[in-house]
Amino acid sequence: MSHNWRPHANLAALQARARLLKGLRAFFAERGVLEVETPILSAAGNPDPAVEPLHLDADLTGSGSRRWYLQTSPEFPMKRLLAACGQPIYQVCKVFRADERGRRHHPEFSMLEWYRPGFALDQLMDEVALLVRRLSVSDPVAEERIAYLDLFRDRLGVDPWTASLPELRAVAAARGIAGALELERDGWLDLLLSHCLEPDLGRGLLSFVYDYPPSQAALARIWPSERPVARRFELYWQGMELANGFDELADADEQRRRFQADLAGRSECGREPVALDQHLLGALDHGLPACAGVALGLDRLLLCLLDAEHIDQVLAFPVERA
Amino acid sequence: MASYKTNEFKSGLKIILDGDPYTIVENEFVKPGKGQAFNRVKVRNLKTGRVVEKTYKSGDSVEAADVHETDLQYLYKDGELWHFMDTESYEQLGADANAVGDAAKWLKEQDMCKVTLWNGAPLSVEPPNFVVLTITETDPGLRGDTATGGTKPALLQTGAVVNVPLFLEQGEAIRVDTRSGQYLSRAKEE
Repeated sequence: MSHNWRPHANLAALQARARLLKGLRAFFAERGVLEVETPILSAAGNPDPAVEPLHLDADLTGSGSRRWYLQTSPEFPMKRLLAACGQPIYQVCKVFRADERGRRHHPEFSMLEWYRPGFALDQLMDEVALLVRRLSVSDPVAEERIAYLDLFRDRLGVDPWTASLPELRAVAAARGIAGALELERDGWLDLLLSHCLEPDLGRGLLSFVYDYPPSQAALARIWPSERPVARRFELYWQGMELANGFDELADADEQRRRFQADLAGRSECGREPVALDQHLLGALDHGLPACAGVALGLDRLLLCLLDAEHIDQVLAFPVERA
Repeated sequence: MASYKTNEFKSGLKIILDGDPYTIVENEFVKPGKGQAFNRVKVRNLKTGRVVEKTYKSGDSVEAADVHETDLQYLYKDGELWHFMDTESYEQLGADANAVGDAAKWLKEQDMCKVTLWNGAPLSVEPPNFVVLTITETDPGLRGDTATGGTKPALLQTGAVVNVPLFLEQGEAIRVDTRSGQYLSRAKEE
């Protein structure tokens, strides 16, 4: 007889999740950060070519069937709230991404996302570290902060801003990875980061990697200087990426340009276009307060706290049993 | 030509890589926070048995290998080939030494074997787990010595050498586990 009706996570994992949610809500309540909810279904999608949204077609407004996107992140509606209210907010929600399934990936996962008007990126990293320490009571962890440039220079001997494609391929080949892969510059950098660097990051400490190449800015502000950097960070713990933080882009015109570039990127790699979020652009036109924001994967944080290996260990019902 | 997308990857899937058939041993989906996703796989070459690591861009397609297992009856060996037959269609197939490999020393006429075919041609041969074979050469038996637990080498009709208890004689049939190469028991002559 099939046992697939049973939960996959054990009781300890379910309890750890409940403790985590309680702990983070207390943390944000103490700090005056408002909990909010925004829609899971949106008329607009995230055009990021590296993220594939799920969607459904339905008539939800009585004005005919149309496409609704399941959120890949609550970022756009949360920014609309920020533009309207200007106060610090956080949200715990489910987000959805097609084509992501593995030991650390599940197509539906729990995200904690929060925004801090007036915070610089460093202050937000401080707060992320504080929260993680608070939630991992038994396990106070040390911390390092390392610039993306230094990470690649120190550990791979290559400058990610100036290295040529053959040089990047050679670094990968020297580690037995390159094969017959054909990648763009950022593809090679992603390969090196995910295959050669990430497994060693955050072993026994919280590793913040910050200041990314401008080509990987996503929705972060770009700091113009001799060597321009995208003002964002990623947090790694136990060889796993946990969080992604940004000095948030507030310039509506720049946002439009990045949306268009993303759409072009989607069409290049044969992905369907998505409807752009005009409401977000409207909010940016109105004015987004200078702020920093971060998204943290709660399932992965639970993996770290429980010293577990597979995301299914912290999910009541993984998608194969959903 | 049939192909698989990376999201279909799982262990046991048969793919073509650099012209050779491989089976996926392990598949890991890897993705940085923002950016390109990859499938990092360990694959075993079905011809050589070698395991190598390989990384694909997620979303890429890989040629499928037409590899499947079938039960065939071993018939006989001629100069270079071991001949097998599908007992339903009576179709015969010849397997060379590369495909037969270590299985050769266990192959007895009429036995059913698991043969892995690639594009219809034998790629590897697995003998039955248990075979009954006749001892063609061994030291004379020590009658009555069933207690000491001593063993001696015995050459079997197919060319395999296994350790057998001291009391066994030339001409006797025995049961052998081909996976471990261990003697199991005496057997009735077939």
